[in-house]
Amino acid sequence: MLFTSWTFVIYASVSVLLYYILPKKLQPKILLVSSIIFYAYAGVEYLLFLFATIITVFIATNKIEDLKETQKANLSNFSDKAQKKEYKAKIHLKQKKWFLSCLILNFGILAVVKYTDFVISNINVVVNTVSEGSSLPLLNIILPMGISFYTFQSMSYLIDVFWGKQKAERNFFNYALFASFFPQMIQGPISRYSDLSKTMFSVHKFEQNNFYSACVRVLYGYFKKMIIADRLIPVIALLVANPDQYQGIYVIAVMFLYAICLYADFTGGIDITIGVAKMFGIDLVENFNKPFLSVSIAEYWRKWHITMGTWFRDYIFYPLSVSKKMLKFTTKSRKVFGGNLGKRIPVYVSTMILWFLTGLWHGAAWNFIVWGMVNGLVILISQELSPLYAKFHKKFPKAKTSKSYFAFSVFRTFWLMNIIRVFDCYANVPLTFKMFGSIFTNLSINEFLTQGLAGLGVSSVSYIAALYGTIFLLFVGYITRKSEKFEDIAKRQNYITKTAIVFFLVFSIIIFGAYGIGFDSSQFIYNQF
Amino acid sequence: MDTVLEIIQEIRPDVDFITCTTLIDDGVLDSFDIITIIAEIEENLDIAIPAWEIVPENFNSAEALQALVDRLDD
Repeated sequence: MLFTSWTFVIYASVSVLLYYILPKKLQPKILLVSSIIFYAYAGVEYLLFLFATIITVFIATNKIEDLKETQKANLSNFSDKAQKKEYKAKIHLKQKKWFLSCLILNFGILAVVKYTDFVISNINVVVNTVSEGSSLPLLNIILPMGISFYTFQSMSYLIDVFWGKQKAERNFFNYALFASFFPQMIQGPISRYSDLSKTMFSVHKFEQNNFYSACVRVLYGYFKKMIIADRLIPVIALLVANPDQYQGIYVIAVMFLYAICLYADFTGGIDITIGVAKMFGIDLVENFNKPFLSVSIAEYWRKWHITMGTWFRDYIFYPLSVSKKMLKFTTKSRKVFGGNLGKRIPVYVSTMILWFLTGLWHGAAWNFIVWGMVNGLVILISQELSPLYAKFHKKFPKAKTSKSYFAFSVFRTFWLMNIIRVFDCYANVPLTFKMFGSIFTNLSINEFLTQGLAGLGVSSVSYIAALYGTIFLLFVGYITRKSEKFEDIAKRQNYITKTAIVFFLVFSIIIFGAYGIGFDSSQFIYNQF
Repeated sequence: MDTVLEIIQEIRPDVDFITCTTLIDDGVLDSFDIITIIAEIEENLDIAIPAWEIVPENFNSAEALQALVDRLDD
């Protein structure tokens, strides 16, 4: 069920209606039923995967909690310190068994459905170099909708319960709702139980002003998706599908257009998600914080897809970096490389592992792995260059606070990310490098000057619409520069202005949006991850 | 080098650890700094900080970090 389909609009509207007109105590159950039906609509067989995760995580976390309570109750029975320690270790071992079984099972399911064919294709490449013609068949296993998102969300909850940071939810239906809440099933955000549970299970009264701001957020999401992203996707698709024809400056055009398109697509989808959740009175965490105003790649990743970044940081980077093995490695590394470089190397190893996994999470293809590794490498290089930056700022102290230096840093980060992001676009890694090369060998400036992007066969209306949308995006960026949300500004206005904002968004979508007969509305780009 | 304050001052001499209480909330320390601090504490004070203790409340100030180290030492 595409967010941009009438089916979704009607489905979400009916769910909201039932949520408020039926008895309030039924609200979480209504949401759960809505979520299950929403998921079944994508494919009934997908439900098996979702239920497997919900049931196994619920059982494992409850067993871990039971053991915790048993330990608490029995610990006073031991007077001897050594006996207490032994008992604690025994309980911890049992908890660890539940934890690891559940973790391995769920990541195992994700690995099998998402990466089996990727592994087989790579084996085939290796085997074919030895003896031609002996290929293993691909299994074409179904990839359940949003499996990366709901698995990561459920595993964060499992790990938090095991670590003792979170108490296990004892109500099965509440837990099932946390794992399957339908607005965030398609592309996240990857919520933490501690955040979502604050508003998810309580009773909500219909509040007009809250509902108004939720509607504005949803409409702004549709605005971004249908006026900018869906207008630009055909242009980018055409350019990357014909790499022999469109080289040089067209590759630069792909970089630029893809940046705008991906931003509009992903933030638009998240706006719809957060807005729909808000209609139910549920607060989801924000996933973006003006990433294109970042002054470094590291900062960019703290502001783009925040919930994924913090997931990898909290559950991969930190545990890996402070593990006993890594700390031992630090000691060895110091002996070999000296104190200064030696202590940085283990952090860099963790960083590269983190980015390898981040790339792999995005897709079962070398493009994504290389994309992840390049991100990691650039972050490490900038980390190594930090003494140089410090020297520069010492010599030119005014630069740090000057607007022009800020603009330069933002521009540099924006284009650096555009270059890295190209690995998402072209069919494979060698082709991507070839296309990079074409910028220096075949700039195609004459073709671009004579036909520009107008010669691609895409209607000029698309460019006008995307430009119109982008200008409005910049305007919203300006009025929300002090960290206030657009919908919060909108809901403070008088009745006439509030109505005008809704009309503006609705009519903009009707006039400039990409939809209608013959238009194949694009799935959200992040849904594929 | 034997106190938490000395360790963190050595890692980030540019930061005022005496007065700042929003080291994480304001992005003064990043994940690289945190891992370096943990490795230094392990090396110098022989105290292991587990991953689940890496939360803003424990790293927002030198005082909070010292409290964490004291708690783990107990």
